Amino acid sequence: MSLLYLPVEFHLHTVLSACAEIEMIPPLIIRQAQRLGIQWLAVTDHNSAENARAVMEAGARAGIVVLPGMEVQTREEVHLLCLFEALEPALAWQEQVYQHLPDLPNREETFGSQLVVDAEGTFLRFQERLLQTSTSLSVEQVVTMVEAFGGLVIPAHVDRPAFSLLANLGIIPPGLNIPAVEITPRLTPAQALERFPQLAGRALITNGDAHRLSEMRGRTLFQVAAPTLAELRRALAGVDGRKVWVT
Amino acid sequence: MKIREITGLPDITTLVPPQTPDQEISGGYASDLLSCVMARAGAGNIWVTLQTHPNVVAVASLLDLAGVIITECADIAKIDAATIEKARTENVALFATPLTTFTIVARLARAGVPGIDEG
Repeated sequence: MSLLYLPVEFHLHTVLSACAEIEMIPPLIIRQAQRLGIQWLAVTDHNSAENARAVMEAGARAGIVVLPGMEVQTREEVHLLCLFEALEPALAWQEQVYQHLPDLPNREETFGSQLVVDAEGTFLRFQERLLQTSTSLSVEQVVTMVEAFGGLVIPAHVDRPAFSLLANLGIIPPGLNIPAVEITPRLTPAQALERFPQLAGRALITNGDAHRLSEMRGRTLFQVAAPTLAELRRALAGVDGRKVWVT
Repeated sequence: MKIREITGLPDITTLVPPQTPDQEISGGYASDLLSCVMARAGAGNIWVTLQTHPNVVAVASLLDLAGVIITECADIAKIDAATIEKARTENVALFATPLTTFTIVARLARAGVPGIDEG
């Protein structure tokens, strides 16, 4: 079987995230991915997957596979990327997240707008509830529940001084089922290992955590048979000739 | 202040009693970022935090802290059972209170516990 060689961006915010720029709409995200040669994306808005369908549709028209996902905030204020194979489990997970989010209104004047759009980027509605805050779920609960929906969890930007597994919890909880950890583009994998020796032996990926188009990177490369979650798992485990690199 | 005196403070519940009750508390530290605790707290300190994750116990054990007070905890049942179990097996004194970190730190300071960056 011939293997593909895919640059990816798995940490991507749309206009649904209050902190994202207004340019983060599906057609522009896909256009930027094409410019950069990124062939595999994941949409990871804060505590919501409501724009996942739109980006998946826009990606499909351009031949770019988009995984539905989310950047969930645990009760320890740890950010975790949750990736799914299909929209249905992602939306089922979203229901769980909404049940564990405080029922507060978004304060647009402080945080910014949370916009739900279609594949063309046309405004559909505001998401009125506050998304960018902690759920009442622990790191372990998120990992267990996402697994039950067939998804996988990658702790986000672990080298950041806040909202990160290493900053907030100091050490990676023993036995936590995470196939990889994400580091920011600010340091190389070698530098990350030097600063955080406990990352030794773990698969590392880098994403732009893009809140604007210019932050999309495509610096992580996957060698897989197809852009599927099963293949992603194999690459992160480094089995069957599947691989992952950070460039 | 000795670690056993924490047990006698009002509004504090002892979840796991100290193994060395007469140990003198060497100082106090408050933070909810465990990486900061690992970098700054030291042996014999009392640590005040609202985090309840089992890693709290792992860090306290690693640093040989005198104990941990979990704040803003109105319902002890909401603390992860694994956290309390881990504190038992690792002999980490663990306390809980519905009061805020600010209030508890102020009470500890009035009782004579110094911050790690003073006297």
